[in-house]
Amino acid sequence: MAIEVKHLDHRYGEGTIFEQYALKNVTLTIADGEFIGLIGHTGSGKSTLTQHLNGLLKATSGDILYNGESIYAEGYSMKELRGRVGLVFQYPEHQLFETDVFTDVCFGPKNLGLSEEEIKRRAAEALALVGLDESFYKQSPFELSGGQKRRAAIAGVLAMKPEVLILDEPTAGLDPRGRDDILGLVARLHEEQGMTVILVSHSMEDVARYVSRLVVMNRGEKVFDGTPREVFRHYKQLEKMGLAAPQITYVVHALRERGIAIDEDIMTVEEARDAILALWRKNA
Amino acid sequence: MGIIKAVNLIFDYIRHDDEENKDEINHALRGVSLDIAEGSFVAVLGHNGSGKSTLAKLMNGILLPTEGTIYISNMSTSDEEHLWNVRKTAGMVFQNPDNQIIGNVVEEDVGFGPENMGVPTKEIWERVDESLEAVGMTAYRLQSPNKLSGGQKQRVAIAGVMAMKPRCIVLDEPTAMLDPNGRREVIRTVRELNRQEGITVLLITHYMEEVIDADRVVVMDGGHVVMDGTPKEVFSHVKELKQYSLDVPQVTELADELRAEGLALPEGILTIDELADSLAGILNGEKAWQSK
Repeated sequence: MAIEVKHLDHRYGEGTIFEQYALKNVTLTIADGEFIGLIGHTGSGKSTLTQHLNGLLKATSGDILYNGESIYAEGYSMKELRGRVGLVFQYPEHQLFETDVFTDVCFGPKNLGLSEEEIKRRAAEALALVGLDESFYKQSPFELSGGQKRRAAIAGVLAMKPEVLILDEPTAGLDPRGRDDILGLVARLHEEQGMTVILVSHSMEDVARYVSRLVVMNRGEKVFDGTPREVFRHYKQLEKMGLAAPQITYVVHALRERGIAIDEDIMTVEEARDAILALWRKNA
Repeated sequence: MGIIKAVNLIFDYIRHDDEENKDEINHALRGVSLDIAEGSFVAVLGHNGSGKSTLAKLMNGILLPTEGTIYISNMSTSDEEHLWNVRKTAGMVFQNPDNQIIGNVVEEDVGFGPENMGVPTKEIWERVDESLEAVGMTAYRLQSPNKLSGGQKQRVAIAGVMAMKPRCIVLDEPTAMLDPNGRREVIRTVRELNRQEGITVLLITHYMEEVIDADRVVVMDGGHVVMDGTPKEVFSHVKELKQYSLDVPQVTELADELRAEGLALPEGILTIDELADSLAGILNGEKAWQSK
């Protein structure tokens, strides 16, 4: 019941001939502790949607309830909302600005008006979560590697202790090792801290591996919402939206076309391997 | 000798402290030798810090080798009198599309390079026409680059390099900041330039799907070239690639795991159809045999 999005519209240039829908009648309920993948072609409205969830953008019409309370109600504290719904932007390392890593991570909790002691405790905790030990505390954030910078930037959001963590393409521009580090970290936060996670991604292989629910946006509208298996069954429609299914899904369909009875819902390398081996052993 | 020839290249990034003493030395390249044939499409793979971007920057004299020599069309980049010609021969495209566009209008941006080279005005316009055509951006020539998508911006950046008529283009992770559509657009453009215009392409990337069509794949790790061969040869070594923190295409990985379990699949499978055909042969074939 954590977040309820109700008939959300966001229009640019309202009342002019340039009026354009960025979001159109989006309805979505996100339960506590879910791990959701949000996918869509560039311009589909996925980033716009995430920016509504922590109040950075205000809807033209529709409502968002956070734990049952409308965030648009008079007197609702947006500041508090932003502490609870943490948003990690694309290329978050561009927002690092302090002289050392530790001070940078302190910035968020400091703005929440916490005591000095609490701020430091949270910063240390957040840095431990992202795997940056004390040897990094006094380093300049600009001297870290790309993956480390990104983890430092994520720590800055974690130090606010959000209940919901939204990450906008957290692996963009990273190499495979950096990508695995970040996704592993996000999965751990979800499992161990029970955080609700919304992962905006372009990589179908990544979402197939990690998330339990997939929301697909196209031209400002929510078009699919279900388990990755359910959503990837519509791979032909996904292609029309400039998206695709994971490569393994295509392998499975190619095998079925060749007369091999394999489950069409398979989407990871491990599942495909096991299913093919089972078929092979049955034949042998 | 190919259009690019590196001989025992060594490059160190040296950091100096306040007293100008050498504080920290980072050996980015530790003896790289490469010979790249004119007209080929070569992909360079490696994780961050493997030395691949340093190698790219050495190719048109943005960085000069600490030791060893790199020749571009027989000219050493360390030789100052050749530097201008080296940069004319080997054009560079970088990762961030927003950092390499300077014009207010697409066609002006593309004309910037040849104008700096002192090309006569009439010829500049001819080159702008040709380059925009080659990357499929003619329809956008009078638009502001601000309004373009990431993939389109990268194609304009490529057109800007093309207008200088290089014989070789070095692209340093040109798709890392693009979405899947933008990525496809850029790779298709680069491939066409290679095939139709015969331009030598050196593509630095960590997306495996972009390298399966290359003529040659070079893998770097720790400042060394550790693997070098056709995509098929390189992707036959799944374990080794993983050891260098690289991905393999999912089909290649699946084929490799099945082979480890005893299925008689050929090595170096790169496409969905290759895998499906081989598997169908094994699974259907055995069924047919069994039913006899």
